[in-house]
Amino acid sequence: MTRFSLSLTRRAALLLAAGLVAFAGSSYAQSPNPLAKRGGTLTAIIQPEPVILTSAINTAAPTGTVSGNIFDGLVDYDSQLNPKPALAEKWDVSPDGLAITFHLRKGVKWHDGKPFTSADVKWTLENVWQKIHPRNQATFGRVKQVDTPDENTVILRLSEPSVAILSSVNSNGAQVLPKHLYEGTDVLNNPYNNKPVGTGAFVFKEWSKGNHIILERNADYWDKDKPYLDRIIFKVIPDAAARAAALEKGEVQYAVFSPVPLKDAERLGKLPNLKIETRGYEWLSPWLFFDLNVDNPYLKDVKVRRAIAHAIDTKAVANVVWYGFGKPAISPVPSTLPQFHDASVPQYAFDPKKAEALLDEAGYKRGKDGVRFALSHDFIPYGDDYKRTGEYLKQALKRVGIEVTIRTQDTAAFTKRVYGDRDFDISSAWFAAFSDPQVGVSRAYWSGWIAKNTPWTNGSGYRNAEIDKIISDVQSEPDPQKRIAAFKRFQQIVQSDVPSIPLIELKFFTVHASNLKDVVSTADQIYGSLKNAWFDTAPKTN
Amino acid sequence: MRKVVVVQTFGYWGRRAAHMALVVIGIATINFFLLQLAPGDAVTVLAGEAGAATPEYLAALRQQFGLDQALPVQFAKYIGNILTFDLGHSFRHGMSVWRLIADRIPATFLLMGVSIGFAALIGSAFGVIAARYAGRAADTAISTLALLFYATPVFWIGLMLVVVFSVWLDWLPVGGMMKIEAGYTGFDHVMDVARHLVLPAVTLGLFFLAIYTRLMRAAMLEVYGQDFVRTAVAKGVRPHRVVLRHVLRNALLPGITMLGMQIGSILGGAVLVETVFSWPGLGRLAFEALFQRDLNLLLGILLCSSVIVVIVNLAVDLLYAWLDPRIELG
Repeated sequence: MTRFSLSLTRRAALLLAAGLVAFAGSSYAQSPNPLAKRGGTLTAIIQPEPVILTSAINTAAPTGTVSGNIFDGLVDYDSQLNPKPALAEKWDVSPDGLAITFHLRKGVKWHDGKPFTSADVKWTLENVWQKIHPRNQATFGRVKQVDTPDENTVILRLSEPSVAILSSVNSNGAQVLPKHLYEGTDVLNNPYNNKPVGTGAFVFKEWSKGNHIILERNADYWDKDKPYLDRIIFKVIPDAAARAAALEKGEVQYAVFSPVPLKDAERLGKLPNLKIETRGYEWLSPWLFFDLNVDNPYLKDVKVRRAIAHAIDTKAVANVVWYGFGKPAISPVPSTLPQFHDASVPQYAFDPKKAEALLDEAGYKRGKDGVRFALSHDFIPYGDDYKRTGEYLKQALKRVGIEVTIRTQDTAAFTKRVYGDRDFDISSAWFAAFSDPQVGVSRAYWSGWIAKNTPWTNGSGYRNAEIDKIISDVQSEPDPQKRIAAFKRFQQIVQSDVPSIPLIELKFFTVHASNLKDVVSTADQIYGSLKNAWFDTAPKTN
Repeated sequence: MRKVVVVQTFGYWGRRAAHMALVVIGIATINFFLLQLAPGDAVTVLAGEAGAATPEYLAALRQQFGLDQALPVQFAKYIGNILTFDLGHSFRHGMSVWRLIADRIPATFLLMGVSIGFAALIGSAFGVIAARYAGRAADTAISTLALLFYATPVFWIGLMLVVVFSVWLDWLPVGGMMKIEAGYTGFDHVMDVARHLVLPAVTLGLFFLAIYTRLMRAAMLEVYGQDFVRTAVAKGVRPHRVVLRHVLRNALLPGITMLGMQIGSILGGAVLVETVFSWPGLGRLAFEALFQRDLNLLLGILLCSSVIVVIVNLAVDLLYAWLDPRIELG
């Protein structure tokens, strides 16, 4: 779901805390790979078809996958989530945290030949990130003024420190648009949204709706000798079995976001011409959970919620339902965020007897037919894996005397039901936690989101004044240690109240051809650039 | 005498045209209100895909899409657009509905034309043969085969054909409409599209083929039993001439009805095949528009579809009159 921005990295936090000076550019972004071979056309799958090709306006996953190749970020994030220079060669934050200066790379050109300057950054921040970008309005809300003393320097003046900014400036979190093509136009309807002009390693060539998107090598790219590929063709292949066949046959060499059913993944991974890759999703940190509607007469009782948690075997969910593409979750802040994750939260071991005891205690004895009460379950309509998870829930709860009816609907009906009408008992969803729980986790618990008909927010309807206060406090808290302590307290409370039950930390995967090398070079590779990828042997043609 | 015929004909065409226009407007009205019943709107779908949004962002999008207006206002605008032959704008795609449909129509016509043509010709031929040798081995073989094609789900046939001819034998491409990587032009391009067309057209055609076979066989057998056929045989007309001249022509009518119905459903009929073979046709566009609550686009496709249906119905009526002079227009 939330597949947008990167968030605070450990490095950025430290830099900020130290009242930091400058982060000098390393050689990472510039060094060509001596082994890499030039040439070749990469055929990739893009599914579903993007709505638009500009991430600054729409943060959906397929948009990000294509757009990351056409645009650069101010920074990149390496596999350890450290920021690396991209369009910004270095950056510094004033000791009071109220000014952030970006020193931009010189000589960078837009694909139409016009120079990239600080004016582009200023214009995009003021007109797109602060006004249109679905999430950045919050992140950049504290920027009260943008100064551009020269063409290569941008200074953001803040009203309060904002830790989230430095972690949101890659090409997906804060994409810079060309001012000369957007200024004075209706940004949402600008034709360049669908034929983007960026600074990135690949130039947009053609989009045939329902068919394919073609990108060509940017021969004038600032990162010398890159990219190695001549062309990338993203093909729209709507059927999962057809995607598996196209990959198996070698017609397609790259596909992200778990493009084939889990049961096919194992088989494809064993073929000599294909590889399954789970890196490149680190910054997403997705977790799957059940939301329990706390307005339901049964589920409003915390004993019932705890009983349901005890009735679910998260190991079985991970290993059986999800074929091992997941790891049992302990807390809504996934273990992939080690500095924030709290493993000491109240836990609900798989124990049907205890679940039954809790339900008895809550006053819901088994009836003559063995049923205590009935609930409905609406699973997130993103495919069979989520439906299977719902079927598991039905089985698990039947064992402790709760009858579950599974309901099916499409995404629009699902989000309206759960986040608008609140006409459900138990729903499932996955959120991306990102590298800072402020961005990805807090929205699931903040009471301000309840019934706002805004997808992927507080589904359970949980209201807790202390939680609301923690969430608002961490936003302007500049001390990383205090923020971490606050998030640990947050986890203790929500896991004691269990308005939602974390199930597993999901592992998405990429399928790619064995002869395609250096497929993953950043922690957000799926939304990044394939500028480092190269073919060892020419792709199979047919 | 001649004048009367002219007046009658003119009256017929006038009535017919008014009738067709009314049907189309009626369908458009029903579609409009029916689609309002679907929960959620295009804006929540976009926000859902984006992964995050603020209520302000949603409100801004609704205003841009015109979804904040009262339903009667939206409906009045929609009907006004239709009457001026404007199908509106798809905000999701950022394009006019006309252009989106025009982009997809060639692929759809190609796929449906080839598969229906293949099915109608081969299917009818099979039907004629089966009727000619009713109860014999050829009939049993053809009837069994037709039943098999008819009963097997289309998507399954499609996937099996892909597994056999693309993955195992490596003769034909898995999907898509052309090999973009190769950049073919001219004759090579035509051959390339033809190669990509084989599997989806056969998949779709096999299902239709079964229908034509069964329909034609039944109609032929019925006509065989009639007096004028016996008369023709008694007169000494040669057997294959009886089949072609006397029986086939009279047995064609049910097939023509079927053909008309299938051409009418041309726009939406191939969702499954288009999905399995990544064929960039209109069926998929309509299917996706439904899930994305892109109502302008969906209404546009449905409207075009209804226009095609009424035109094809007219064509079928004319064809009836030509094939069987006993049927009169009027």
